[in-house]
Amino acid sequence: MSGDRPDAAIHTRGLRRVYGDAVAVHGLDLTVAEGESFGFLGPNGAGKSTTIGMLSTLLRPSAGQAAVAGIDVARRPDEVRRRIGVVFQDPTADRELTGWQNLSFHARLYGMSRRDVHAQARVLLEMVGLADRGDAPVGTYSGGMRRRLEVARALMHRPRVLFLDEPTTGLDPQSRAQVWQKLHELGRQDGVTVFLTTHYLEEAEHCDRIAVMDHGRLVAQGTPHELKSAIGADVVRLRTGDDREAAKAIRERFGLDAEVGPDGVRVRTADGARWVPRLCAQLTSGVTSVTVTRPSLDDVFLHHTGRSMRDS
Amino acid sequence: MLESTAERPGRLTTRPAGRRAAELAALLALCRREMTRLVASPVQTGLTLLNPLLYFVVLGTGLSGMLGSASGTGDYLTYVYPGILLMAVQMPALNAGMSIVRDRETGLLRAVLVAPVRRATVLVGKCLGSTATATAQGGLLLSFAGVAGLPYDPLLLLALLGELALVAFTLTAFVTLAAVCITRIETFQSALGVAMLPLFFLSGAMFSVAGLPWWLAALTHLNPLTYAVDALRQTVAWGTPGGALPPGPDWGGWAPPLGVELMVMCALGLAALALAARRFSRAE
Repeated sequence: MSGDRPDAAIHTRGLRRVYGDAVAVHGLDLTVAEGESFGFLGPNGAGKSTTIGMLSTLLRPSAGQAAVAGIDVARRPDEVRRRIGVVFQDPTADRELTGWQNLSFHARLYGMSRRDVHAQARVLLEMVGLADRGDAPVGTYSGGMRRRLEVARALMHRPRVLFLDEPTTGLDPQSRAQVWQKLHELGRQDGVTVFLTTHYLEEAEHCDRIAVMDHGRLVAQGTPHELKSAIGADVVRLRTGDDREAAKAIRERFGLDAEVGPDGVRVRTADGARWVPRLCAQLTSGVTSVTVTRPSLDDVFLHHTGRSMRDS
Repeated sequence: MLESTAERPGRLTTRPAGRRAAELAALLALCRREMTRLVASPVQTGLTLLNPLLYFVVLGTGLSGMLGSASGTGDYLTYVYPGILLMAVQMPALNAGMSIVRDRETGLLRAVLVAPVRRATVLVGKCLGSTATATAQGGLLLSFAGVAGLPYDPLLLLALLGELALVAFTLTAFVTLAAVCITRIETFQSALGVAMLPLFFLSGAMFSVAGLPWWLAALTHLNPLTYAVDALRQTVAWGTPGGALPPGPDWGGWAPPLGVELMVMCALGLAALALAARRFSRAE
């Protein structure tokens, strides 16, 4: 029996990749629904690119299996390739060729007809906001423009699943927002499944669902909201005259979990806002500032790995 | 039930005929890309041709005067012209290999490898495309035929262009093989740089093979470029009124005719390309 799964855009069971002695991806179990935007979050070296490599048929899995667009990646790689578009981490557009020529060359590799190439290239250049720069050599593009061209190129042959490896690395915030807007449109309008890796927390917030990966293993998956709710508590940060004394008082008087960190006293509790007046009124060491934050994805990462995303 | 994917992949379901057409279309696209690149960067093309032209005009003219006064026979510019043509296709062939190594190193190649095309097709397409561009660049030097004392006879020029294409193919195939085997660009650069110069000088391009010490003669006979130069030279002698053929390689007293030399080149090129494609086809 094959690993084909017609109902899911991406489906893996026990997917594993080994380089010599090093295990890059430990038995990965993942299901991504059609039309979903799925973010793969983790620090550099977590195994994200290796996973994309296997799902896009460029790397052979060492064990386990994966189906993309319902087709087994190891058994019928060509069928998978027809149905996927890939935007790689490093720039892969041909700098000497124009944007238009890049799209056309790519489409020809997929056996598209001249007429189809023409129509599709026009639509996509328009979509990524490069309609007026199509005839300029890619060497003259900015980083953001090149990235958007690569997204257009990956979509030329109308893939069902779009893989993006760190799509906005090295882009300024404005370009990043532009790329994201295009990706959202894709999912909504065309039902294209978007699978991306990122080590930016802000980027993961955009996804319908995310999986947190660390050292080649999935440590959590769900919607950003679910993941944050699962670790429950809000964080109340207090600046006081004497942080150590205040933390001790909070623990003893309110029975709350309080720690002293470089940014002051950290109190984890459900419904943090309601505690603020009581804390301010009853702490003798003098509260100078209070902030209440809902859990961030960084907190999610910290919760599951014991490290901060920003440190790793 | 799920099963392991570690076993061999099953046969592809696509019909063979449609599959072959798709591979051919991809091959053409890859070739066309190389041509587009060539046209897109005329400065680069010009610079690549500058080197052989300098050899021809400066070294050729200089040596011509010296040799002419010494021996008084034949024109050195005519003698060296086939070697210059060879040089003109050698550089682009080398550049083709460099771009394979570089594209692989920078990940540029992956954008092509993720297309539903065989890896072998990607490599062969790149090699044939580069052969075409190298031939075009060598062909530009045919416009200097008059300087070498050759008549602008369309048949002669066409024959030379055809031979240049074959030589370009063989060279590009060898460079491609090297590019597949060597993954670091620095290593590739120095290895090929070291190999190309002696190959060129031991091809009879600049001086006659006859009268060399036995060890040098032996190396010359093993050098595929020797047959390329001699083939071009035979064609020049055939197409030039009163053209004399300088002595070329001989196999135990038998001078291989043009056809045999071309066949040797072709066979070597095909073998190198097949080996390269085979090696490149191994998935990571």
